[in-house]
Amino acid sequence: MAVTGLERIVREHPFFAGLDEAFVELVVGCAKNVRFEPGAYLCREGSPADQLYLIREGRVVLEIAAPGRGAIVFQTVGAGEIVGISWLFPPYRWNYDVRAVERVRAISMDATCLRDKCEADHTLGYDVMKRLVPILMQRLQATRLQILDVYGKPAA
Amino acid sequence: MSGVQPAPPDPMVPQVARVRRRRQDAPDVFTLELEPEGAAAAAFAPGQFNMLTAFGVGESAISMSGDPARKGGVIHTIRAVGSVSRALTELRRGDRLGLRGPFGVGWPMADLDGKDVIVMAGGIGLAPLRPVIYRLLAERDRFAEVAILYGTRSPADMLFRSELEGWRQRLDVTLEVTVDHASEGWHGHVGVVTTLLPRIRVDPEKVVALLCGPEIMMRFAVQALTSMGVPAESIYVSMERNMKCAIGLCGHCQFSPVFVCKDGPVFRYDRVRYLLALKEL
Amino acid sequence: MDIGREQAILTVAGVEALLAALRERQYRVVGPTVRDQAIVYDDIETVDDLPRGWTDEQDGGHYRLSRRDDDALFGYVVGPHSWKRFLHPPRQRLWRSKRDGDDVQVTAEEARPERFAFIGVRACELNAISIQDRVFLGGPFVDPHYRARREDAFFVAVNCGQAGGTCFCASMNTGPKAEAGYDLALTELIGEGEGRFLVEVGSEAGREVLESLPHQTAAAADTNAADEIVARTTASMGREMPDVDLHELLLGNLEHPRWDDVAERCLTCGNCTMVCPTCFCTATEDTSDLTGAETSRERRWDSCFTMDFSYIHGGSVRQSGRSRYRQWMTHKLATWFDQFGSSGCVGCGRCITWCPVGIDITEEVRAIRGGQSEGRT
Repeated sequence: MAVTGLERIVREHPFFAGLDEAFVELVVGCAKNVRFEPGAYLCREGSPADQLYLIREGRVVLEIAAPGRGAIVFQTVGAGEIVGISWLFPPYRWNYDVRAVERVRAISMDATCLRDKCEADHTLGYDVMKRLVPILMQRLQATRLQILDVYGKPAA
Repeated sequence: MSGVQPAPPDPMVPQVARVRRRRQDAPDVFTLELEPEGAAAAAFAPGQFNMLTAFGVGESAISMSGDPARKGGVIHTIRAVGSVSRALTELRRGDRLGLRGPFGVGWPMADLDGKDVIVMAGGIGLAPLRPVIYRLLAERDRFAEVAILYGTRSPADMLFRSELEGWRQRLDVTLEVTVDHASEGWHGHVGVVTTLLPRIRVDPEKVVALLCGPEIMMRFAVQALTSMGVPAESIYVSMERNMKCAIGLCGHCQFSPVFVCKDGPVFRYDRVRYLLALKEL
Repeated sequence: MDIGREQAILTVAGVEALLAALRERQYRVVGPTVRDQAIVYDDIETVDDLPRGWTDEQDGGHYRLSRRDDDALFGYVVGPHSWKRFLHPPRQRLWRSKRDGDDVQVTAEEARPERFAFIGVRACELNAISIQDRVFLGGPFVDPHYRARREDAFFVAVNCGQAGGTCFCASMNTGPKAEAGYDLALTELIGEGEGRFLVEVGSEAGREVLESLPHQTAAAADTNAADEIVARTTASMGREMPDVDLHELLLGNLEHPRWDDVAERCLTCGNCTMVCPTCFCTATEDTSDLTGAETSRERRWDSCFTMDFSYIHGGSVRQSGRSRYRQWMTHKLATWFDQFGSSGCVGCGRCITWCPVGIDITEEVRAIRGGQSEGRT
């Protein structure tokens, strides 16, 4: 079967680097090429977490709206990285807003589709987990360093 | 005794220096340009430090933050964190202070030829790395890729903004800047400095990483670099410890077998890896 | 010049003449004397200033003087003082500054030379001085004050006639016999009726002084008696450092549970660092007059046991007593090798005697070695 443009794009993204041939087809079935203009929201806090985004180009920020403080950006995510972990577990809701700060091109993976396929084929499910968990770990480590406030004024 | 030789200068006695220029870089960070009296400022290597005395208050180890190739006064960027550093940052043009140095082992400038150099700075850590950056940019052809990664707490704490801009404009250098906590009007990257690493190409065989910042930040950065396959022999850190003499005789700066003042402050990571893993050493 | 084992015999009168001869040669004569119920080192003039007929009982956290039943001049071991208080004084001004309008003048404190004649220096102490020589004179930076006080020093060593309750120089290979670094070495031939001393010459300067004193030839019997005394002392050490690679043992056990154990006992009082003849850590202190026009910096002894010894902005690196005890002991016995090429410990036992809770460095080593199967890093 001829390699479609979408298939090529999915394979190329670092998140799916080295993905087993058998899985590529499964995964591509859930994939869609998407674009966002600067300022557009990829998702909103509280909305259903229906997507996993694989950023191909451009940058997005993760932010939370706080009353009286406007939107507080706490993380920038760029090309080659992914956005979206909440789609994995109930209640399947986004915990923050994601906004494009540049023109963004991404692969949007339909979460229901991906979850169903992982349920049906646990080997695929395990592979996807093994890709997600290290990213979760890195984000956690980075968040810890952020919380430690190492540059802050030392206690008097 | 006849034929008495002049005694070699006592390394514990400071020269008197004058503040030639003073500039505020951040709420608690100031850069001073100092001119020693009676003798030219001694040449220094990037990563070395001087002991600066605020007369009547005390003495503090401060890295040089200027260009080693530049003639004229010696430049120090000082963060007011204690009584001595605060007194130093309150000096005005024309004020006098004491200066001893240069001391310490600096960055491995001779081992960077042909390498991809990553300069990774956190907070005030950009100051001891700035002399390296100047040399990297002035002798750009000696090195392969050059990347500068810089993280601070917030946009207000960012140092040397106009220089950062100038470096960003260069086509032969990658500059990425990030803040831990964004403020309104900040449209740059948000996240700790290690989150900048995915934005540059890291060839583990070819890269040398120079790290400077709070110890926790350096340890996290080492973790990130290590997980990218960068060997310990290709990473350098700049350590900081209590110093009273800077000449290896007061004992305060000991980091198990090494004296940070004379065996460091710059260390190749493989030499101190086992030490950094231990608490309260 | 081959000094060889030139020997002679001195009587107590000869020792008296020795003190006078040194004074005549413009030496500042310093030696042991009884004060505050201890044997300390201070300026002395005559043999009567020496702790004649005194001995010391030492054990962990225990020091008492008691009378001997003879008149021995050197019938004790080492007390709370070491010679470092003369060579590396507890307080030393480094420089002064004076404001003159906008200008400031800095005046270095000149290194004042001294001509010390140290009387009664033990083998462990000669080793300690040699260790401090390496620290202050052997590195890339030399301490001019130490050098000025050390260069012209004259050493009258004494070979210990008995081992102290906390001594372990034998197992540290630093005694009890003085092998090098002295100008004259005395062995008090105790129990020979009138006080007699076998003198060994260690340098040209020593020989020159000896030749000016009333002395007799040493007989083979005297040499043998001296050797026997040394052998007896060697065999009766109060403590013993285990024969083990201390560098490997300690640096390989930085998380051993024994450190928690000793931390429960250690008061971090720093006595050990004050009495230790090789501890050299100092701090600097800046003072000024009320107007800030005149300031000065002084150097003073410091101890790695203090809370702020390792202070950097935000707090101290070594906050717990556990980490501070570990620092002291691993520095003394292990990392000193990395820094200066030898052990930092000479087995004098002072740290054991003067520790208020009697922590014994040899016992701590034994415990770490013994329990090595647990708690390895």
